[in-house]
Amino acid sequence: MSTLVEVQNLKKYFKTPRGLLHAVDDINFKIERGQTLGVVGESGCGKSTLGRTVIHLHERTDGKIFFDGRDVSDLTKHELKEFRSHVQMIFQDPFSSLNPRMSVSQLIAEPLLIYKTTKNSAELGKEVGRLMDTVGLARRFANSYPHELDGGRRQRIGIARALALNPEFIVCDEPVSALDVSIQAQILNLMQDLQDEFDLTYMFITHNMSVVKHISDNIMIMYLGNMVEFSSAEEIFKNRLHPYTKALLAAVPIPEIIEGRKRQLLTGEITSPIDPKPGCRFAARCPYATDICYQENPQLEEAIEGHFVACHNVKEINQL
Amino acid sequence: MAAIKKNKQAVNASSNEIAVGGHGQAKEIIGRFMRNKAAVFGLVIVAFLLFAAMFPQLLTKYDPIAQDLRARFLPPSSEHLFGTDEYGRDIFARVIYGCRTSMEIGIVTVVISCVIGVIIGAVAGFYSGVTDNLLMRFIDILMAIPNTLLGISIVAALGSTIPNLIIALSIGSIAGYARVTRVSVLSAKGSEYVEAAYSTGASDARIIFKYILPNCLAPIIVQATMSIATTIMSATGLSFLGLGVPPPTPEWGSMASSARAYIRDYWWLVTFPGLAIMTAAFSFNLFGDGLRDALDPKLKT
Repeated sequence: MSTLVEVQNLKKYFKTPRGLLHAVDDINFKIERGQTLGVVGESGCGKSTLGRTVIHLHERTDGKIFFDGRDVSDLTKHELKEFRSHVQMIFQDPFSSLNPRMSVSQLIAEPLLIYKTTKNSAELGKEVGRLMDTVGLARRFANSYPHELDGGRRQRIGIARALALNPEFIVCDEPVSALDVSIQAQILNLMQDLQDEFDLTYMFITHNMSVVKHISDNIMIMYLGNMVEFSSAEEIFKNRLHPYTKALLAAVPIPEIIEGRKRQLLTGEITSPIDPKPGCRFAARCPYATDICYQENPQLEEAIEGHFVACHNVKEINQL
Repeated sequence: MAAIKKNKQAVNASSNEIAVGGHGQAKEIIGRFMRNKAAVFGLVIVAFLLFAAMFPQLLTKYDPIAQDLRARFLPPSSEHLFGTDEYGRDIFARVIYGCRTSMEIGIVTVVISCVIGVIIGAVAGFYSGVTDNLLMRFIDILMAIPNTLLGISIVAALGSTIPNLIIALSIGSIAGYARVTRVSVLSAKGSEYVEAAYSTGASDARIIFKYILPNCLAPIIVQATMSIATTIMSATGLSFLGLGVPPPTPEWGSMASSARAYIRDYWWLVTFPGLAIMTAAFSFNLFGDGLRDALDPKLKT
């Protein structure tokens, strides 16, 4: 297995009138080819920004990005276009991410036309038809417009567009959170089938713990631009070590009554991500916070083998 | 035989490839427009006005500037539908020929100001930052001057001819287009589908012409139709003040203006040009309204 995507000390700050907003702060991770990294966190924690920065939709502030062993942190215009044919994105809202003035076939043909991968219109039509079959979109919709289709079908258009150039890596930004629950499962299964068929690597961004469990190999938990916990999906659902992860998982609604299951409610305000003070960013809401949490940034450390946590008190909290 | 063979090939082809294209949004737009009765009514009148502007001689046998002093102040009759004026000219003929003047001024002004305004607005919206600021402050200056005042001063300085009137009115309506275009370019630029286009590697030019402009077209078209109405009103207003079209060219505003003196005794002199102005403005507004609703692809019926 080889590493496809690697990120080192990636930072993305936004200038705002009130100061620097630390959307992504010092993140490191690797994704192996053919695997899925789930990125979980609440709204505004920087998970979408992270995904967009990795594929150069935002320009990073600092840090390095490697793709297939190559440093892709700085790209010329020409290199960027080449890079974009290897990495694609599936967007959250399949309605606003599709140009309302284009028909389904035009939308799917766009990437093929931009990269001139087909020689003539017959070949283009053939390829669009193949893509529609691949994502399970009936050909009778070829001349329809996105607003005439339901959410699931619209998302299939988004997936077909992402697949058009045979990419290796796809950033999925909450691809199912705008869909009905019944359709969510269809789309997730489709994405998994496609991953097996085309050996795709996913970065799957979501706030939905049940979805991420279903699809991920590794999971990374983010809180206000920091990575707070990282491990394999199985491990994290067995042993959650960071207090934030505990709270996050305790908030997952389960359609059964489990006795003795304690809800852990978080109190307090989310710290502002603009010019944050040193110290753990979760400290203000953490039930276990001690003095050190307000003074020093916790570093990501391997608490158990393969399970990384950024918490000063991880040993005490979890009796390790 | 050949036709059958060709047909068969087409069927074969369609079974494994797809003709990339849309089923034509035009049909849908026309359908939505036609369901709107007020808009269709507007369109019919607009069409009639355009027809009158192009072929006035088909609608009346009279010459709009031929004077007949024996036939002054004749009331409306079957001979003179709208009566005659103080020089014995047929008012119906003058109203019909006046259409040409008004439409000419309205349409030429709209084309000039639309082109300039859309370019300014699109550049400001797409490049934002300093460029945006400079261009929009210039537009603010234009907007700070009342249109009529601007028109009066330009016409007074350059002389009252139709081209000068058009220049004056065009300068006054650039601001509207620039603002409408800028706002819709900004909103299209920030949309997810433009981000999606960037993520597939589309070039700036492709994004502007295939993604941003098609999605800005609807408000611009609507602004254009609506401003034909305002332009006609301003032009007639300026002519009424004696600053527009010089006599004896038939023009609704100057007709109403010179008929003012006779309003007590001969009501038809001022009424018919007035009604013509009202009808033109009203029908372009109805038409523009209907167009706005019909052009919105998200408005389902």
